[in-house]
Amino acid sequence: MVSLAISFLLGLMLLSVFAVIAMRNLFAAIILLGIYSLLAAALFMTLDAVDVAFTEAAVGAGISTILILATLLHVGHDTKAKKIIKPAPLLLVLAVGALLVYGTLDLPEFGNAQNRVHQSEITRHYLEKSPGKNGEIGIPNVVTSILASYRGYDTLGEVTVVFCAAIGVMSLLGGLRKKKKQTTVSNDSTTDSAS
Amino acid sequence: MKILYLFNYWIVIVIMLAGLYAVIASSNLVKKIAGLSIFQASVFILYISSGKILGGTAPIVDSSVPADVVFSNPLPHVLILTAIVVGVATTAVGAALIIRIHRAYGSIEENEILEYEE
Repeated sequence: MVSLAISFLLGLMLLSVFAVIAMRNLFAAIILLGIYSLLAAALFMTLDAVDVAFTEAAVGAGISTILILATLLHVGHDTKAKKIIKPAPLLLVLAVGALLVYGTLDLPEFGNAQNRVHQSEITRHYLEKSPGKNGEIGIPNVVTSILASYRGYDTLGEVTVVFCAAIGVMSLLGGLRKKKKQTTVSNDSTTDSAS
Repeated sequence: MKILYLFNYWIVIVIMLAGLYAVIASSNLVKKIAGLSIFQASVFILYISSGKILGGTAPIVDSSVPADVVFSNPLPHVLILTAIVVGVATTAVGAALIIRIHRAYGSIEENEILEYEE
């Protein structure tokens, strides 16, 4: 039943991806990209990754779409593509695909509790020792415990990356030099959608 | 059953390749960014599937949960949470670059920009 739901969602995602690539109008393509992200969020839900699902829905389908739509506001939304199918990239992509499919033959069985990932020492430690009254962290949601505590340095690194990206966007768009109200792309879009 | 679970991986690979194709083949820069997002999300799916246990549930351990419940692996979830936010940061920088290129060349088509350069 779960496998069926996964296959169905993946099929819808495949359709939306092909539509994104074939679409001439960029506005329609970006909205389809948002739908693709939302379908991915639904898929994460069926795969029991609830935290990832709502992050993908909020950040992937929300903020990402808004950022690109704000870009389209500046650059217009028409493409001048003559043909979609180009032989050389297609051959390269198919070669990569053949290698990846060969690689999947060695993957562990999907959803089997006996897989080595699920039996490893560190997974058990996280699930058994971190939650509960006398646990190491004491928060019911194990994902939160790992994110904010066990792998806190990961999150620190992530914040550093976001900070660098913000600096990059501001210096690219001249928000640091000019005193015009054009600091970040997200600021532009929120004011535009409100008006 | 093996073909069934491999089949899902293969669909993910096709999605991934479609994203890669969009990055390489489309001359429009916004389409390239879209391809990058597609590629990223497909990698996320591959990662999250490794954490799933059939018949299991989300890794929220509470006293109200029965003792015989199996929890899916939380570690891939954490790694992908970080990756999603980093992915949006990449998209933001890419979008800013596109606006900058449009200001400098008046176009976001790769072939027109190259012609202008020559």
